[in-house]
Amino acid sequence: MSRSIERQLHLIDFTVGSILRRKGKNGALLLVYTLVIFVLASVLFFTRSLRTEVAAVLKNSPDIIVQRTLTGRYQFIPVRYADSLRSIRGIASIAPRLWGYYYDGGFGANYTLMVPTIDTVQSGTIDIGSGIAKLRKIGIGDIVPLIGYDGNPQTFTVAHILADESALVSADLILMSEADYRVFSRIPEGYATDLILTARNPREFPTIAEKITRLLPDTRPIVKNEILRTYDAVFSWRAGIIMLLFTVVILAFFIFSFDKATGLSAEERKEIGILKAIGWETGDVLAMKFWEGIAISLVAFFLGAIIAYAHVFFGGGFLFAPILKGWSTLYPSFTLAAHVNAGDLFALFFLSVVPYTIATIAPAWRVAVIDPDAVMR
Amino acid sequence: MRRSTFMIGTGVVLAAIALLLLVNAGVGAERATIADARTGSLVATLGLTDLALFTEASYTRHPSLTDLNTPFQDSPLSFEHFPTGSLMQPPASLVHPHVAKY
Repeated sequence: MSRSIERQLHLIDFTVGSILRRKGKNGALLLVYTLVIFVLASVLFFTRSLRTEVAAVLKNSPDIIVQRTLTGRYQFIPVRYADSLRSIRGIASIAPRLWGYYYDGGFGANYTLMVPTIDTVQSGTIDIGSGIAKLRKIGIGDIVPLIGYDGNPQTFTVAHILADESALVSADLILMSEADYRVFSRIPEGYATDLILTARNPREFPTIAEKITRLLPDTRPIVKNEILRTYDAVFSWRAGIIMLLFTVVILAFFIFSFDKATGLSAEERKEIGILKAIGWETGDVLAMKFWEGIAISLVAFFLGAIIAYAHVFFGGGFLFAPILKGWSTLYPSFTLAAHVNAGDLFALFFLSVVPYTIATIAPAWRVAVIDPDAVMR
Repeated sequence: MRRSTFMIGTGVVLAAIALLLLVNAGVGAERATIADARTGSLVATLGLTDLALFTEASYTRHPSLTDLNTPFQDSPLSFEHFPTGSLMQPPASLVHPHVAKY
């Protein structure tokens, strides 16, 4: 083994010994440091995965949705509006959509009632999301009473349960036939909740939206890009909120680092003085401090990132769940697929390991260049 | 055991675990693509627009379809009722409406 490697190994031996001599201080530092990396990495993993998943799934949303409003309130849209819209060039298809909400007083949960655009549900039956099945502990063939517009219960037989893997978008869905939904909700024939449009060229979406507003001034078109942008903004905002909640931990870490960077303890100064007196060079002292910084920050970085990965992808991000859930009784049980971005990890590495290592070396250099006799006095 | 061997060993073990997790992420992402395709087809068939994450109110269940007054529509000058609303931004279409592009 070459001499220089052996020399570095001896320095590491000494550094580990020095870290172990100050077990309490270094242990607390490692704990806070790991916690900070854990929080930052968890937020990074969670939001990155959710965003990737949302983008992959919601790219199949309708190209344009047309709602009707009256004095700022939603109104049912006459299906004949579709005929007016057909005159706009670039629209490939228009379909009326029927949907609404249902509050289940017994379970305190809100469901989304919907009629599939291709009528696949038989009259008297419903398809339910896996979230509802779990909440109400019901399965295929069970009878579910739902209170209609007139206050009378109507019963439906569960025909299908929507796949659990799509719970992120379908946990609270109840699909029923158009005839049943009209009887249940009293939405008259010829009216729908909104219209969904497909357009041939995505670049024409804004132009088509503008034409819709001009042709039917009481309508409000929503284009697909806006849906995707909404979710991008939602998760940026939420990530910010989570970070805000953990600011105390991050602040504690900065105080620790600042304490390290602004000066060494009397014991550490004495140690450096003795090392210099027995023949260590300034370079050796700096190398020792470099290894100390690397040892603590690398262990904290890896530990924090590994625990964050386990928390988000194996534990379902259980620490963030209360923030995400809000007041929702019905919450989808979804497992996030791990979408880890190497760029995010490198950014986290360079923003944590590098500044900490420099913060460890800088004060040691100031002490190491002073005469050992002066340092020990 | 020599202390440097212990420290380097710890670093190598932690780096190896991190590397394994990255491999695990790659495998998981591949599997997720298939599941996402199935969910995507459900989204396309039903014309879904939003995630079922926050089911407490209409404007949190379907944030992409909501407008600025929905959270306050129950009575004029009322405060917003649901906590999720305070944790969410208004929809992008309202902050930067598509009409503004012309």
